[in-house]
Amino acid sequence: MDKADNRNRVDDVETRLRALLLQGMAGDDAAYRQFLQATAAHLRAFLRRRLSGWPDEVEDLVQESLLAIHNQRATYDADAPLTAWMVAIAKYKLIDWLRRHARQGALNDPLDDENELFSTADGDARDARRDLRKLLELLPEQQRAAIFHTKVDGWSVKETAAALKMSEASVKVAVHRGLKALAAKLRKE
Amino acid sequence: MNTDDLITLLANGDARPPAIPTRRILALLAVGILVSFALMALLLGVRNNLLQVFALPAFWMKFLFVLALACIGWRLTARLSLPGRRSAAIAALLAAPLAIIWSIAALSLLQADPLERGELFWGSTWRVCPFLIAGLSLPIFIAVLRAMRELAPTRLRLAGATAGLTAGATAAAVYCLHCPEMAAPFVGFWYVLGMLIPTAVGALIGPRVLRW
Repeated sequence: MDKADNRNRVDDVETRLRALLLQGMAGDDAAYRQFLQATAAHLRAFLRRRLSGWPDEVEDLVQESLLAIHNQRATYDADAPLTAWMVAIAKYKLIDWLRRHARQGALNDPLDDENELFSTADGDARDARRDLRKLLELLPEQQRAAIFHTKVDGWSVKETAAALKMSEASVKVAVHRGLKALAAKLRKE
Repeated sequence: MNTDDLITLLANGDARPPAIPTRRILALLAVGILVSFALMALLLGVRNNLLQVFALPAFWMKFLFVLALACIGWRLTARLSLPGRRSAAIAALLAAPLAIIWSIAALSLLQADPLERGELFWGSTWRVCPFLIAGLSLPIFIAVLRAMRELAPTRLRLAGATAGLTAGATAAAVYCLHCPEMAAPFVGFWYVLGMLIPTAVGALIGPRVLRW
């Protein structure tokens, strides 16, 4: 492929993702979902290239990076390139993961042929090894309830606030803190 | 949970992000600087001839030198607190105040009587100066690190070092109100050494304390 072509393709992705993210952060949930889906696909390709020795870990890291991007979305400055912001977060999470696993000695495990054969990373399987839902269950009650009601049961912030006897602002804070606490749990695994 | 479920979880509800706690961050930094100032005023004391000192160009040379480093440090800190922002061009600016103070220092040493050169470099407080600057930087350093933890630095060693340098340079500006030294060779070495102590500490602890 031509270099200029590639450049254009990157620009197109940047423009499209940036528009979706900005719409999402303005309150358009459908746009935000599309942003996360497209981002997940890009992250998967990015991480698969860099974790070729550990194909089964790719999806864990895709999820960890997605959660980080979501948790830090307020730090995206609309005047700066989105790609650079996302790549910086993905690289950071990758390096953090590599350090963690180097400490645990997990990276010394020989990957035998059996592991290679039954690796799930090929094709489009998107199951991670680690189950985020189980970790969500471990959050403090208020954060857990705020996340499950607004995000799984589909309640509005208002309904959740009434059910939990909290203000709407506290519900939003509880959701945000809960997802940050979830990211912290991933780090400590 | 597979990734599509995670996406559903994240996208449901309200995607409008909570605002960055700018007020909290500014308050943290203000408290850090005030504590540093109070420590200087209470433990070391403001120079009693401050008004006369304000009339001396040498004071302003010293003060502008540390202020320039502090301003560049704060810009750099802000950049390194957010993912994917370029920082190399701002970091390169740090060379300018250093080049200027070292040029002035070299000139003043060349022009001085050989017997006075030692005095220009050692002054009378070289033993304590770097440690006092490092000590005064501590409250600012803690405030900058805590502020960074509200944001999302991705190059933790560099971010930690920058937090240390910024705290060191800001503390040096506070220390100027106490310090009796004004010779460029003194400032160009002992002040810089004082700022480098928190910088090195920051590089050391950054990867651990700034993780998110």
